[in-house]
Amino acid sequence: MEAFYEWFRQLYESTGWNLVFMYDEYERDRLLAAVWVTIKLSLNCLIFSLIVGVVGAWAQGAKSAIVRNGVYWYIQAFRNTPPLVQILFFYFVIGNLLPTYDAGGYREQYIGAFGWAVVSLSFFAGAFNVEIFRSGIEAVPTATVEAAEALGYSRLKAYIYIVMPLAFRVSLPALNNNLVNLVKTTTLAYVIAVPEMMYTANQMWSDNVNVPEMMIVLFIYYVGLVAILVYFMHRWERSMKIPGYGG
Amino acid sequence: MFKKLLATVATLALALTFGIQAASAGGNDRLMKVLERGKIVIGVKADYKPWGFRDSSGKLVGMEIDMARDVADALGVELELVPVQSSNRMQFVQQGKIDMMIATMSDKADRRKVVGIVDPNYYTSGTNVLASKKAGLKKWEDLKGKPVCGKQGAFYNKGVSQKYGAKIVAFVGNAEAKQALKDGRCVAWVYDDSSIMADLASGDWDDYEMPMVTEDDTPWGLAVPVEERDKLFGRFMAGMTYEWHSSGRLIELEKKWGIQPTAYLSDMHERMKAYAPK
Repeated sequence: MEAFYEWFRQLYESTGWNLVFMYDEYERDRLLAAVWVTIKLSLNCLIFSLIVGVVGAWAQGAKSAIVRNGVYWYIQAFRNTPPLVQILFFYFVIGNLLPTYDAGGYREQYIGAFGWAVVSLSFFAGAFNVEIFRSGIEAVPTATVEAAEALGYSRLKAYIYIVMPLAFRVSLPALNNNLVNLVKTTTLAYVIAVPEMMYTANQMWSDNVNVPEMMIVLFIYYVGLVAILVYFMHRWERSMKIPGYGG
Repeated sequence: MFKKLLATVATLALALTFGIQAASAGGNDRLMKVLERGKIVIGVKADYKPWGFRDSSGKLVGMEIDMARDVADALGVELELVPVQSSNRMQFVQQGKIDMMIATMSDKADRRKVVGIVDPNYYTSGTNVLASKKAGLKKWEDLKGKPVCGKQGAFYNKGVSQKYGAKIVAFVGNAEAKQALKDGRCVAWVYDDSSIMADLASGDWDDYEMPMVTEDDTPWGLAVPVEERDKLFGRFMAGMTYEWHSSGRLIELEKKWGIQPTAYLSDMHERMKAYAPK
């Protein structure tokens, strides 16, 4: 294994291509940790934004005007502001308003940078998901919904058993799009010092002055991560195909 | 129609070849471009008080901005200032976005391979931390396992983290890092001792102190493009720096901006004082 790593040091010395995370153990550990943090961050954001989307789409059809208006203003707030501004706002402004505990010379927050990144990005992508699910829900024929009502389904039960399964199939392509965007938007967490790929690559190229190499690694990593996500989403889409309803 | 297209492409190619031949100026391309344009673009810091920062009207001011103005006056060109960060200042010089930079950069061997740092150096600083008095930190080893705020791109982040086991939490700019320190997200802020001293002197940081012994005293270097370091541009900047030391201009600027007088500058002034024939 050592010989394999040493080859990269030779590569640096002979050609100037500095893949420092191969031959330096400290950098290697840093990069591997970052790979996992990015995957964790992406998974957390994907799951929570889907939950927000499903709940929000149901709340959009609620009887209470307060709930309906609440969802409307939530979408306006999180869709119309840049995600970077949202992350900074959550971390520096809202984070300050919450209680803290003493951790020996400094006050530790209960929700750290990673937590705030997940919260902020989930709300951001969730706002888009609500609208995406709404487009699917509106594709379900009203006659079907009325039939469900006639059969005695409550609004919630009809949503879970009838409307959502039909709506989901229609909204999958747009949802795919949004989830891919979400995975790429997780790079914004670097401004609040979440040790994910973008942040770690930035640190590494500042320490080792190998900007082009790190940029290529970053590029390959995100292309690979998004490719995996798209592959699974496509399999899901194909499994939900109904002949006569779209390609 | 095809004949016309061929003719245009051929003329263009010919024109380009002549153009390229005319542009080569014996390795002094960047400086020649500056003189032709009548404008020099210098990268400076916008968040490092008082070397480069924004005053209340948003204008870039500071000791390094005054030095940049001296350079532009000596060349007889207009000055354009571009704010840079530790993580992109060298890349901007490489790409040609700025012609040179005076941006509180520490002179390191691997940086000399990327940009043309000229000798002599113009300032110096070491690494220290700004820590809350309540934390009671006395020595570097006390930082083990504790979160320490830093700035992305600083060369000592890795050293502090490896040598003393501190958990570096690096932000994009000094403002975010200092805000995180104030919010209590970390126990100390690691940065240059010169900047920390300026902050402590400003009065906003009365509950904080600089408790450690300054480490890694490293002189600062201003930089021109690496290909022109040993040509006219680099030699000119070396001359400027020599003049700044020998005439006492840097000591005068240090006083103007309220920086604590350093032994480094008075030393350099003594060494380079000009012989004044009677």
